[in-house]
Amino acid sequence: HRHQKLLLYWHSIDFFHYFFRSDIYYKASHLSRVEIHQHNSVHIKNPILEITMSLQTISRRLLSRSTATLVSKKSKPLVTTMATRSYLSHSQLPEEHKMIYDMCRSFADNELSPNAGEWDKKHEFPTDAVTKLAELGMMGINVSSDFGGSEMDALSYAIAMEEISRGCASVGVIMSAHNSLYLYPIDTWGTDAQKEQFVEPYATCAHGDGLKVGCFGLSEPGNGSDAGAASTTATLDGDEWVLNGTKAWITNAHEASAAVVFATTDKDLKHKGISAFIVPMDAEGFSLGAKEDKLGIRASSTANLIMDQVRIPKDYLLGEQGQGFKIAMQTLDGGRIGVAGQALGIASASIDVAAKYALEREAFGKPIAQLQSIQNKLSAMAVARDSARLLTWRAAMLKDNKERFVREAAMAKLAASEAATMCAHQAIQVLGGMGYVSDMPAERHYRDARITEIYEGTSEIQHLVIAGDLFKEYKQAS
Amino acid sequence: IFQKMKILVGVKRVVDYAVRVRVANNTIDLSNIKMSLNPFCEIAVEQAVRMKESKMASEVIAVNIGPAKGGTETLRTALAMGCDRGIHITTEQRTDFLEVQPRTVSQIFKSLVDEEEPSLVLLGKQGIDSDCGQVGPMLAGLLNWPQVTFAASLEQGDDGDSTLKLDRETDSGTEQLQVQLPSVVTCDLRLNEPRYATLPNIMKAKKKKVDVRDISTFGDAGVDLEPHLQVLEITEPPSRQAGIVVQDVDELVSKLKDEAKVI
Repeated sequence: HRHQKLLLYWHSIDFFHYFFRSDIYYKASHLSRVEIHQHNSVHIKNPILEITMSLQTISRRLLSRSTATLVSKKSKPLVTTMATRSYLSHSQLPEEHKMIYDMCRSFADNELSPNAGEWDKKHEFPTDAVTKLAELGMMGINVSSDFGGSEMDALSYAIAMEEISRGCASVGVIMSAHNSLYLYPIDTWGTDAQKEQFVEPYATCAHGDGLKVGCFGLSEPGNGSDAGAASTTATLDGDEWVLNGTKAWITNAHEASAAVVFATTDKDLKHKGISAFIVPMDAEGFSLGAKEDKLGIRASSTANLIMDQVRIPKDYLLGEQGQGFKIAMQTLDGGRIGVAGQALGIASASIDVAAKYALEREAFGKPIAQLQSIQNKLSAMAVARDSARLLTWRAAMLKDNKERFVREAAMAKLAASEAATMCAHQAIQVLGGMGYVSDMPAERHYRDARITEIYEGTSEIQHLVIAGDLFKEYKQAS
Repeated sequence: IFQKMKILVGVKRVVDYAVRVRVANNTIDLSNIKMSLNPFCEIAVEQAVRMKESKMASEVIAVNIGPAKGGTETLRTALAMGCDRGIHITTEQRTDFLEVQPRTVSQIFKSLVDEEEPSLVLLGKQGIDSDCGQVGPMLAGLLNWPQVTFAASLEQGDDGDSTLKLDRETDSGTEQLQVQLPSVVTCDLRLNEPRYATLPNIMKAKKKKVDVRDISTFGDAGVDLEPHLQVLEITEPPSRQAGIVVQDVDELVSKLKDEAKVI
């Protein structure tokens, strides 16, 4: 019968129990809920740790008549949709994801962690390390192999971002801005000619002219969150576009040789008048502002892009005229998964330093790891990081499944960035005085973490995105 | 001979080098422990791949004796570094000396050498779990091939392309040897620095062929699968004692002479 079909099936997982208590749903009307059910292909003795996420909207009518039938441990799910992969931990990932995890982790341990402090102190772009990353295929991670990329999926990207950022958050943002913000839009909306010129040499490091890096110019001095109010203009003059304006807060500005720039071709159309352009940064009229003196991620350069009558060929328009805003928003959705990965890396690095310190530092006659205050902190840090990681993996898996992932990506970025700042903050607290000095990396993680709540969509914007998508769903149901 | 040279490389799955093992019930507890490719085997794989890249060899085959799931992972790592194909001999027995022992491993390798006819077998000098270092020499003995253990450098020999010139590290210094192929070589730390697997290679590794066989097929063919050495006791090494502070060099010398008896 209809009601029986509504039976949801979940395990009493302590971790998720907090979120999915049955009393919340008892006699509740129009809901959409996350369904947890056992995935068949993973054979684990204790199925408590399996999750498969699928979203289901249950109509108000059906629910209001349901009673205790809502709770049943053995019932079958209504519909098995979406991501049928069920990865709870790294050990359950498919082989290639585990290999990427291992490779990135050892790369970060050997090449990045030992040098990150030095790079941060000197504000030095780690060219050698980034070149090595490019040689490993990490600077073209999602690009198709036809254009020199590694053709990996979003989940691989998220995992790689986390491990690399664990070693050095600056290298993380360099990699993320290059992959998600520069390569993705051109790879997705570009013509083959554009891809040959602006994707292929940037996805590999095999061209003999060294490392080629790209950047993404959306924010301006006058608007960050308000991306639709772009004031950089693009005017068609014969068979050239002429760009005028300034872009602010651009990552990789000083190392990049090409940029994806958003400019308005018709201010009256507001956000529908924005178009995307590929701009070679050696064009006449193109100049860079001074490097910003940042609180964190200091090894990556951040500066203004200044365009004064910059002329680019007509066919450097990316996508269609007026499609720019949509390109920007969709690009940022994927970018959020990358930044969430970066924030997770910072959180993980903070947990590493705090846990190791707590096991060695003694106070009151024993290692501080045996004191409850410290245990509570480390536990909270681990839960925050792990839950953000699952949100990130979920968003990545939805993207890989070609499903809508706007809300999930925003949730991942929001959760991960807040986890990063919390973990870094508590890591300093656990280290005490040692957390405040540069001898230990905790202070660098604290400074690096802060930006994750700001760029690629501030936390406040993420809330708007999530709420907007949430309400859209309820409006559809009623 | 080089152009057609096949190399067989052993890749052992061991406890990760960074893990602190626990002794429990007179055995090492392997549950939930991180396992990885033996570092010396990794060096052997790197050497084999380099030889292939410099056209000294045409095919590299990686061989693992290990559990159904874990062994394939180890092989994929080797494939991602550049080996052409793999042979996975599945067994649920422990491969860290407690159940599958060097004698069995050597006999299995001899069987594979008879089948594949490589000109060179590259192995790690020892497994970091058992620290035996026996498979290389035993295999050479079974095959009646020359062996060079603890290789620290490897290049083409002076006498044409069926010879190799190697440096061999011993406790009393480094020897320079020239060996006639076919030969067994075990690799030491200074031979090379293993590469990171590139992402494209990780993807390619998925498609490379891995031939899976159960260890019992070797048993049926005459290989002795039983352990002949019984481990009586396993204990942790004594924990590190605190040092002492000496007042001056004279006291240091007298302590070294009279108490530590090292001079």
